[in-house]
Amino acid sequence: MSDLIATAGRRIRLHILRHNPQDPESQPHMQTFELEEADGMTLFIALNEVRETQDPSLAFDFVCRAGICGSCAMLINGKPGLACCALTRELPDDITLMPLPVFKLIADLSVDTGEWMRDMSERLQTWVQGSELERDLDRFEQTMEPQLARDIYELERCIECGCCVAACGTAHMRPGFVGAVGLNKLARFRLDPRDERDDAAFYQLVGNDDGVFGCMTLLGCEDMCPKQLPLATQIAFLRRKMARQGLKKNPEE
Amino acid sequence: MDIIHTDVLVIGGGLAGLRVAIATRRRGHEAIVLSLVPPKRSHSAAAQGGMQASLANCFKGQGDDEDVHFADTVRGSDWGADQRVVRMFVNTAPKAVREMAAWGVPWNRVERGVRTAIINGKSVELKESDAAHGLIDARDFGGTRKWRTSYVSDGTGHSMLYTMSDQAIANQIPAHERTEAIALIHDGDRCYGAIVRHLVSGKLIAYVAKATCIASGGFGRIYRVSTNAVINEGIGTAIALETGVASLGNMEAVQFHPTGIFPAGILVTEGCRGDGGLLLDRNEHRFMPDYEPEKAELASRDVVSRRMEQHIAAGHGASSRFGEHLWLDIRLLGQQHIDTKLREVKEICQHFLGIDPARQLIAVRPAQHYSMGGIRTDYRGESPNLRGLFSAGEAACWDMHGFNRLGGNSVAETVVAGMLVGEYIADYCDSSDSDCSFSSALLEQSWKQQERYLSGLCDGRGNENAFELMREMQQTMTDKVGIFRHGERLSQAVTDLQSLLARSRRIGVRSQLRGANPELVTAYRVQKMLKLALCVALGALRREESRGAHFREDFPLRNDRDWLVRTLATWPDADSTQPSLDYEELSVMAMEMPPGWRGYGEKNHIEHPQTAQRQADVDAVLQRSDLSDRFARQQALMPYLDCLPPKYRGRNQRLGEQES
Repeated sequence: MSDLIATAGRRIRLHILRHNPQDPESQPHMQTFELEEADGMTLFIALNEVRETQDPSLAFDFVCRAGICGSCAMLINGKPGLACCALTRELPDDITLMPLPVFKLIADLSVDTGEWMRDMSERLQTWVQGSELERDLDRFEQTMEPQLARDIYELERCIECGCCVAACGTAHMRPGFVGAVGLNKLARFRLDPRDERDDAAFYQLVGNDDGVFGCMTLLGCEDMCPKQLPLATQIAFLRRKMARQGLKKNPEE
Repeated sequence: MDIIHTDVLVIGGGLAGLRVAIATRRRGHEAIVLSLVPPKRSHSAAAQGGMQASLANCFKGQGDDEDVHFADTVRGSDWGADQRVVRMFVNTAPKAVREMAAWGVPWNRVERGVRTAIINGKSVELKESDAAHGLIDARDFGGTRKWRTSYVSDGTGHSMLYTMSDQAIANQIPAHERTEAIALIHDGDRCYGAIVRHLVSGKLIAYVAKATCIASGGFGRIYRVSTNAVINEGIGTAIALETGVASLGNMEAVQFHPTGIFPAGILVTEGCRGDGGLLLDRNEHRFMPDYEPEKAELASRDVVSRRMEQHIAAGHGASSRFGEHLWLDIRLLGQQHIDTKLREVKEICQHFLGIDPARQLIAVRPAQHYSMGGIRTDYRGESPNLRGLFSAGEAACWDMHGFNRLGGNSVAETVVAGMLVGEYIADYCDSSDSDCSFSSALLEQSWKQQERYLSGLCDGRGNENAFELMREMQQTMTDKVGIFRHGERLSQAVTDLQSLLARSRRIGVRSQLRGANPELVTAYRVQKMLKLALCVALGALRREESRGAHFREDFPLRNDRDWLVRTLATWPDADSTQPSLDYEELSVMAMEMPPGWRGYGEKNHIEHPQTAQRQADVDAVLQRSDLSDRFARQQALMPYLDCLPPKYRGRNQRLGEQES
């Protein structure tokens, strides 16, 4: 038994922001649900229990419930985080849950990260661009140094959960800001030799205040990233490269 | 009524669906992807360990080729697979990995020189060649004779899905997020698209398409304990069943993964065992070699799961307040290996068990994991009963996994099926067969029927609770249609599920909201899921043999004589409480590899009367001196190349293999 998480019996209170913009009658308000904590309870389990036994209309998003898909980010006692990985035993008796800011509210704790992320991807063209895309698939793949493959994966672990955006001062002020999620992606493609874009091309995409020069280095992104990605380092590195590019006589070349 | 027209309607935004959409888009057809969630949240992302393809780059992969991959897959399927489809698959898998490499997946690469690996509990040194340096690496997985599983740490599915999804964006393929197809539009002969509910606004929209492709993944959530994401409810599969004409194949073939963490059922990858991890019992004794001397922890999943449950039943399980379980030990792999190649596993252990797997044991027990069965299609991915309806990936049964899928063959299948079925859909759209002429009355009627149906759920007359029915169904499936099955329990399960289905027709939804209304969603889904559950339970009850993941305590032998057949379930009468079952025979005389022992698991089976004859034929062909190489021999045994789209017929280049 020793290694399994055991906590039971405590009463916890979930204070949840309720609002459904689809419903003309709906006014944003807080609602409290009380329930008994179970062994190994996560917010995934707790919220489902509330929905099944107390209020069937409570809206929230979970998909993998294993910290892999990034669907369930919300403000947990004020901080952005993945609800599926949040063990209630590590939280106080009173737990306040709010939808992620910046993103469009769908209802209650459900926000539209999908639309935001797709828009970011389209603007930044977050895919490999190069002549090797259409290879003869019967032939050997292009070789890659093993360490480089690992380095690319390090940045590719982002799950687009939106925590870095919710935690970002610039994103709150500038609706067009691509966030650490977007800048990290470009850093990933910049590292990838299969992508033939050069710094002039990247400068076109992020060499402005909606891009890398919008970052105020408040570091909320890195502090709140549930995957512990090295976001601040990547942004600083990209900013240096882009600044150098910008100082060229004609930065678009 | 809102109508949206497109050439190809893809239901499901995971790897298979996206690859289908990309294939058809590149051939000049408009494609729209419907997805319950943003496509990057799809369950493909949860595939951790890797993707099988016989690249043969790494030292332990040497000697691998399509033939070895083919034989492993057929043995894994316990001879339930369509061998021609397996051939198509193994020839395309290397191309699929290489395509994903070209598109940006950062596959782990072979590093020249000596490396240490853990094999069968012991540390060994392997020397990688200079020629392989920088090519795609592979790890070991269950039921394979070579190290064949290409991987990206233990985030393979994540990397593949992000790359694929970004390619879909690059190809300007619209993804209609938070939409759910709740019925197909059809006239009993041809499918014309789907009636789709928008999950935020509640609006019903008719999507009219030349070709409709269901790629909605598995239906694991009909079980209580499942590794599957909560969206894997099989609604795509269910709406095909609800046409009354399209059939579902082998629904009783349900895979249980050996290492779901206990009790949450969250997956830790087979890569843990592939990389050298061991299974231990309450006394920390490594028990798998006692049962499976040949492959131990790396027998196929159905066998390992069964042995684990058998060991627990014999009183060797570790106990906890949640019940019995076993231990997965990856401590011997070392901190550095875990930190680089099993990092999702590490995070999952930290988050959900509160342990560090480099120092502590992981509590595991088998959990529902994969649906081998699904929408029955031909090798082109099209339903034989409903023209214009295609399916690919886990949702489909074309049927490459038979009664047990090998680890690493599912992400591989998603991309391969996407490539192949995508081409066939494009061919279909190019041909006059796909001309869409049908009466607007049919469209109107389909739409109105769903509108009335949803209103009926909210009209206040029903009194059954949707959430409760869901729980009871899941509990019934886990208790009675699990790893060890028995006629008595199965027939009880069928009775229970029928009564739940009858009750589900009296569901009352309390909240009247038509938009984001989770209770309404549960209400219509549980009705559909109960039908799938009945296909599984009844199929399992009728199949009086044990094959792959389907194990009957009262019929413990594989019975090729009577049961070398594929179960086909249809639901012709909407008011009925059970499906109609039919069977299609697998022809032994057409098999490249006639049935035999798998190389692990039980050695006994009841032989098919034609097996000996076919084996003699096969042996004779293999002796023929006029057949110059393995390709010619294969061709003589079971021709299949014509089944592939011409662009995917080429031979795969490998180190150490003669160019021809």
